[in-house]
Amino acid sequence: MVKIMDSNREGEPLPRPGAAMTTPEFDAWFAREVLPLEAALMQFLERNCRDKAELEDICQDAFIKVYEAAQRERPKSVKPFVFAVARNIVVDRIRHARIIPIETALDLDTLEIASEEPGPERTVIARDELNRLKAALERLPKRCREAVTLRKIEGLSMREIAARMGISVKTVDAHLVEGAATLANILYAEPADLRRKP
Amino acid sequence: MTSEQQTSQPGPAADVRNRAASWLVRRRDHEDWAAEDQVELDNWLAESPANKIAFLRVNAAWQRADRLGALRTPLPKHKWLAPVLKFVSAGAAAALVLGGVYLAMPREAPPPGELYVTGVGGRETLTLRDGSKIELNTNTALRVGGKGTQRTVWLERGEAYFQIVHNEAHPFVVFAGTHRITDLGTKFLVRREDQMLRVSLLEGKAQFDSKNSRGSQQATLNPGDVLVATAKSLSVTERPSQELADELSWRSGLLVFRHAPLVQAAAEYNRYNLKKIVITDPKIAELNINGALPANDPHALTRAAQRLFNLRIEERPGEIIITH
Repeated sequence: MVKIMDSNREGEPLPRPGAAMTTPEFDAWFAREVLPLEAALMQFLERNCRDKAELEDICQDAFIKVYEAAQRERPKSVKPFVFAVARNIVVDRIRHARIIPIETALDLDTLEIASEEPGPERTVIARDELNRLKAALERLPKRCREAVTLRKIEGLSMREIAARMGISVKTVDAHLVEGAATLANILYAEPADLRRKP
Repeated sequence: MTSEQQTSQPGPAADVRNRAASWLVRRRDHEDWAAEDQVELDNWLAESPANKIAFLRVNAAWQRADRLGALRTPLPKHKWLAPVLKFVSAGAAAALVLGGVYLAMPREAPPPGELYVTGVGGRETLTLRDGSKIELNTNTALRVGGKGTQRTVWLERGEAYFQIVHNEAHPFVVFAGTHRITDLGTKFLVRREDQMLRVSLLEGKAQFDSKNSRGSQQATLNPGDVLVATAKSLSVTERPSQELADELSWRSGLLVFRHAPLVQAAAEYNRYNLKKIVITDPKIAELNINGALPANDPHALTRAAQRLFNLRIEERPGEIIITH
């Protein structure tokens, strides 16, 4: 059942369409329950989409739909819900495409929605998390990695980093922005794959 | 244009993510964040859920990256050890450092050799000539026997983890006050506090003996055994391997708590940090927490307490007070 929000009795102006009427608690729920599914969702989309350039955008669309739907009512089983939403987007896109690739259509018919048992993304414990973060840090470009290391490990301020690296604060900013964006991609879009450990 | 180039072209999603990262760094890492900036950010977030989600995502990743702080070594390695060694050879300073310990427990004359010291929050690894390794935890002093006798060490204070290469002819011996641990090919952890000595054996075998006014006591330790010795008692219990692994998590800069009372977690944190966590309310002290947190960030614990139990955090110079 969908609950209708009734928060406008005091005559406050209605929020713009799509405006964030969310609470920090809702955002924390989304970050905890939905964001970690990105890697699994990307793998699923890779198997089921022809156009690799669209994967990220489909994933983003799916998250937006889940975000909006969950504000009205939170799904009881998050993972099947997210996958079902993504599947519908893929099916929609195929319907609108002029040529339907046969393999894709077949895959979608037999597609199994992942079960609700906690995936590796939920069982990562702190020690593995630290190793994963270290590995992600290693993959940043050299100067960017240096700036992130000084910020996150040494705890220096932007100004101190600039002085240490002999660059402007603006360049430090650019390195950190690149670092944050790349770390987010590695941590969320790639599978943790704990089983590959020796 | 090759297909590879095509996929690397930023789509709308990648574009939003880059802008979110740019907002995040402005918000979290620059020092001049003003109220107007917050308004501007709120507007951007309200523009579309895509913006909001991208921001939540990069924010969560950036917060996770804070854990990397666990890798910080507060004191640069050799810069710190060298002056201490010089001091010690001068003799007088050694008495200063060791005085308290040896006045209280005159089992051995102050031994010769090299003294290795870590400060609060410090961590050091020593490799002996025979390949044995000793890792010193926070606020620890360990003396290593002189030439030819590197296989005798004295734990003056603190905690150390030993990974010892076995040598039948020269057993490795750790003295801690009136206690002696003789290794028989072993990995073990020794923690010395004012009134208590704790030895956890992870691998191999070790012999423990202790002398005090009441006579002497002995025990043989097997893997999984934890020995606790005080002035009046000696106990050995077998503990689950998980617990021993948790005890060693400081080696990777973490503290692991499983249903630990908050007051105990705070005490543990206070070993590693000059900024002390203070809890006076007994009701708060009893609250249990779980988690693995970076040892050198006391705020990691106070923030968790704040969020989990809705407690108040009061910052004072040198201390953080947790209250209702």
